[in-house]
Formats: sequence, structure tokens, C-alpha cells
Amino acid sequence: MTPFTTFTAVSASLPDADVDTDIIYPARFLLITEKKGLGRYAFYEKRFDPAGAERPDFLLNRKPFREAGIIVAGANFGCGSSREQAPWALADLGIRCIIAPSFGEIFFGNCFKNGMLPIVLDGEPLARLRADAEAGAMLTVDLDTCLVIRPTGDPIAFTVDPWRREALLNGWDEVSTILARRSDDIAAFERHQQLARPWLWQRDAQENDAHG
Amino acid sequence: MSLTLYDKIWSAHVVANEEPGVDLLYIDRQLLHEVSSPQAFEILREKGIQPRRPEAQLGLADHAVPTRHRDRPIADPLARAQVDRHAANCFAFGIRYLELEDVRQGIVHVVGPEQGFTLPGMTLVCGDSHTATQGAFGALAFGIGASEVGCVLATQTLRQRKAKRMRVTIDGKLGPHVSAKDLILAIVGRLGAAGATGHAIEYAGSTVRGLSMEARMTLCNMSIEAGSRTGLIAPDDICFEYLSGRPMAPAGSLWDAALADWRALASDDEATFDSEIAIDATALEPQVSWGTSPDQVTGIGGAVPEPTNARARAALDYMGLVAGTPLDRVAIDHVFIGSCTNGRIEDLRAAAAILAGRTIADGVQAIVVPGSGLVKRQAEREGLDTIFRAAGFEWRDAGCSLCVAMNDDRLQPGERCASTSNRNFEGRQGIGARTHLMSPAMAAAAAVTGRLSDVRRLAC
Ligand code: SF4
Repeated sequence: MTPFTTFTAVSASLPDADVDTDIIYPARFLLITEKKGLGRYAFYEKRFDPAGAERPDFLLNRKPFREAGIIVAGANFGCGSSREQAPWALADLGIRCIIAPSFGEIFFGNCFKNGMLPIVLDGEPLARLRADAEAGAMLTVDLDTCLVIRPTGDPIAFTVDPWRREALLNGWDEVSTILARRSDDIAAFERHQQLARPWLWQRDAQENDAHG
Repeated sequence: MSLTLYDKIWSAHVVANEEPGVDLLYIDRQLLHEVSSPQAFEILREKGIQPRRPEAQLGLADHAVPTRHRDRPIADPLARAQVDRHAANCFAFGIRYLELEDVRQGIVHVVGPEQGFTLPGMTLVCGDSHTATQGAFGALAFGIGASEVGCVLATQTLRQRKAKRMRVTIDGKLGPHVSAKDLILAIVGRLGAAGATGHAIEYAGSTVRGLSMEARMTLCNMSIEAGSRTGLIAPDDICFEYLSGRPMAPAGSLWDAALADWRALASDDEATFDSEIAIDATALEPQVSWGTSPDQVTGIGGAVPEPTNARARAALDYMGLVAGTPLDRVAIDHVFIGSCTNGRIEDLRAAAAILAGRTIADGVQAIVVPGSGLVKRQAEREGLDTIFRAAGFEWRDAGCSLCVAMNDDRLQPGERCASTSNRNFEGRQGIGARTHLMSPAMAAAAAVTGRLSDVRRLAC
């Protein structure tokens, strides 16, 4: 996974609440089994008209917002379906940070798995960043210090789970980390559960019998 | 210390504490469907590793599958490739896969419980946000993304932050033709689309205790529409009776041991919740959504509300509705009965009870898509297919179908659908399509009259 340390990019404001993952990545493109190159489908119905031409009224089709790497979004951004195609498509567009008052929970978790940083902010700090984003200002997100730096130099602090921060900063992928650190713990848990709740292991036993 | 049901299942699955509030959680079982799994299997391939417990996984295809002409190869080359790839992945990694021809195939959240794959007290995940459906069995069931699906394949664990606890207590007797779907729509309406974000919901109260497992699944299914990844109901005799004898459920002495364990799965009397909601079921009328978010919902006796914010204005604009219009004057073009919310046998019975001896209105197109092959077979045994067909419905094969419009079941722009599914998002049933969420009985009533209708008037 690409590490996320500091990130400077044009910001754009998408203030609508409840932008669901069907809007971010319409279901009909879910038949595609790749993870790469999905940016062209991001916000498809909003970005393109039925003939496939760009809709000039969609913000991310306009300068300077086409280059946006940071979105200041509305409440409950990424609600709905668990499809990870939503963050994959946004990442492919170059968007690596989304700042919103709240997120759909599964989308929120999915971002971290893909080198993206979702930041929860509300009230006055969010209002200031929204004003910057409306103007298409460059923002800098520093995950090391947990600050968003405004064009004025004025910093806005945010918080993020320490384990998620550490993984992003180092570009660690979760599977490798768990296998490296926790394999013994997992094996111990399994030994215990096989004794305490053997019915959860019934299928494994059947399969082994069938094979053996 | 007094514990909630959620606390009990959680603490029984902690492999290691990662930091305050965050644990590495053991995952007992995973369901794999064709949309969120291909990229997860790639994680195994990239790392050159095998699934840790292939027996703890169950694969099938539901989202992209056609609901007609199942005897022929899938016509859409992309869908065919996706389904074939999923089957090949399951085969290559030693994971049990239910073929399309298998009578047990269907929507993941219908099949898991039907097979007894889903059991009380377990942790169960799927790369699908409606996994909460299966919390009806007192399982900690939640949806995850494709990377996490890969993580569970590889490690049988997930890092998770523990949620806050919310209890929704429902008391009182539901009126005639008022169902679990009406309850959950009303709850989502009351909480809002993000009202339960960060919380695990437990549904409790006398109304819930009196619901069948099918109805409990409907209730838990739409927890995500209020923002919660988890909906839970304490298992009881109704639950145990449903599970007893299911193909993948324990039997004999293992069943007895399991049952003793499951009986302890309830929130302690003294347990406290971070938030509590009380719902009176007695006064509830059938619910219909009017907007493009499942929380934009009201009773069928109401009217399209006056928009109070930009979000509601945009919704009415998309839906082509004018504030003040009585809901039962809104004409529909399509009816869809199915999905993991309402594609089980009781749902089909409820709709058929309204349709018996009636026909659908001129110009309305209506389909029934059973939640699984077994639901379909059971309905045919009961003669429900004959009732649906005689009324003018098409009788299809199992899958997600018009709930997500990934297969060839799709609406045209501007078409309006009375749907028993769970999401009325823009474009969910096709580009520009308009969705009204409701119960199976209400959808049947809409089919007969050609407009949104109060089923209680039709039924008497
Ligand atoms: S029926 Fe609809 S909500 Fe349920 S799993 Fe299928 S697509 Fe998702």
C-alpha cells in the first residue's frame, strides 16, 4: 500500500449529505472485476450525460476542481453499499483525502485499506475548510502531526485511530501485519474455541473425515 | 458486570487487544459472493497463501445472475465472466460453492440462514452491507469491504473498533397487514440515515419476541439504512426451532451443547445501552418511502411532504413528486417483490394473500424474484406461483435482480417502482428510475391498483 504521510492538493467541496456509494460508483459497473482504472466510472451519472459527454454543471468537471485530491464532503458520505469500488474509483481519480462531518462506516474503513485518509471534522473547523474548498484552494494534510494546513498557514487539528494512522504512515498492509504479529494468538484462540464451542468446527471435522 | 448481547459475542471473539477500544476479532464464518470476492482472492494470490479455514467459507453468486433462462449460459459476457471467475476461485481454494443450478442457490443473506450456516453467538461477515440481516439469529453479523474479505480469507480475523450499543425496544401488537418491513422503515425514518452510525443495534421488546425468523431478518436487514453495521436479536425458541435440522446446523450431542450455550445469549437485565429508543407498534400504519434515501419515509395515509432542506428538494425533483400530493395518488409502472429484505417464503405468502383472485392493473409490469431456489420451490409447493402468475406477475429464478439492477432486470429513466427492496437511492433500479420502498403486501396492493395504496383498504 502507498504510504500516506503528507499530501498537498486542490480541494473541492461536495456539500450534499448522504452521498451513497451507488452515486460514487454505480452498480452496473460492479461487473468489472478489476480494482485499477475505475476512476472513469466515479460519480458516473453526475459527471456524464446519457451520451457520455461531461456535464459542465458537475463540480469535478470544472477547473480547478478537476485536479482535486481532497474532497470536503457532506454528512454521511459513502453510506449504503459496502462496495470497495467506491474508494478505488476515487483513489484512481487522485482523491486521497475526504473530510466530512460523518461517513458511512464501511466506506470509512475501506478508505484506510487503500492508502486514503477520511477525516471527521465538524463545526467551525469544517466550515473554514469548506470555504477553502469552495475556492479550490490547495490544502496540505499532514498525517504525522494530524493537521490540515490551510492556504493561510492556519492549522486545523484532527484525530485518527492510532493503529490506522501507523498503518497509513508506513504503508502497511493489514494481512501481512496480522500474520506477522498475531499468528500465535490466532492459533491459541482456535485451540480454545474448538474445545469451548466445538459445533463451530463441525464442518472442518466433516471435511477432514471426507478427505481422510 | 452486566453485559449486552453485543458485548458477550464480542468478548468471546477477541484474539488480542490492539489498542483501547480496538480488538483483533476472530471471524467464525464468511459468505462470499461474486462482486466483492474477486479482488479478495487476488490478495491470496499476490501473497501466495491459502485460505486459513476454507471450511468456514461458503461461496455463491447472486448479484449479477439473470433471473430468467437459467438453463442457458449467462448472456451478458461481463456477468458470465464474473460468475465463472467466482466459481473458479472457490474451486481453486477449496471453498464450497453453490452452483447456479443448485436449488440452494440464492441471495447470500437468505441462503446462510436457510442452510444453518448462520448460527447464534458466532461472528459472521460478508462483503455486503446487508449482512446484518443474519443478526436476527443473535450472530454478530456485519458487512465489510473486499480488502477485509481478503483479510478474513487469509487470517480468519479482522481489526475492529467496538461499537456503541443502541437498543430499539418495540412493544405492542402490529395491526393487520402491518409487517416488520413497516417497522424498520419507520425506525429508519425516525433515526435518520446516519442515526445509528457507530452503534450496534439490538432489537428487543414484545413485538420482536412475537416475530417469526423471517420477519426478524427483515427487521435486522435494514439496520445499515440507519447507519448501523449490525442488527441483533437475542436467540430464543423461535430461533432454535428454525435452525433445528438445517443442513449445516449442529446435530445430536453438538446441538445440545450449542443450545445450552445459545440460551445464555441475551443482554443482562441490568445491562445499559448508550442509547435507547422505544417504538409503539400498535399505532403503526403501512409505510412508503417518498425520497431517495430510506429515511425519507412516511405512512401511506400521508402526503408527499413539504421539503425542508436542499436534500429533500433534490429528492422530490428526482422522484418527480410535488409536495402535498397524497401518496395514494402516485401511479406506478413496476412492482418488484424480492431481495434479501423481503424475498423469503413469508413475504411471498403475504403478497400472494393480497393477489389471490385479483389481477394487476393495466400497464403495470410486476415480477417476483424468490430469495433462493428453496424459497421458490416451497412457494410452488404451496401454489403461490399460480396465484402470482394468474394475477399477472412474472415468476423468476432466485437472485438480487431489481434490488440492485446489476443483471438484465432494470428500469428505464423516469419509471416508478413499488419495491420490497431496501434502497431507494438515485439510479438503484436503473438510471433515472424511481423507487418506493414498502412491504410485500403493500407492493401487491400497488400492483392491483396501479398506484401506491393502503393494503388495508384493499384487503377488507
Ligand atoms: S438483494 Fe439487494 S441488498 Fe440484498 S444482497 Fe442483493 S443487492 Fe444487496
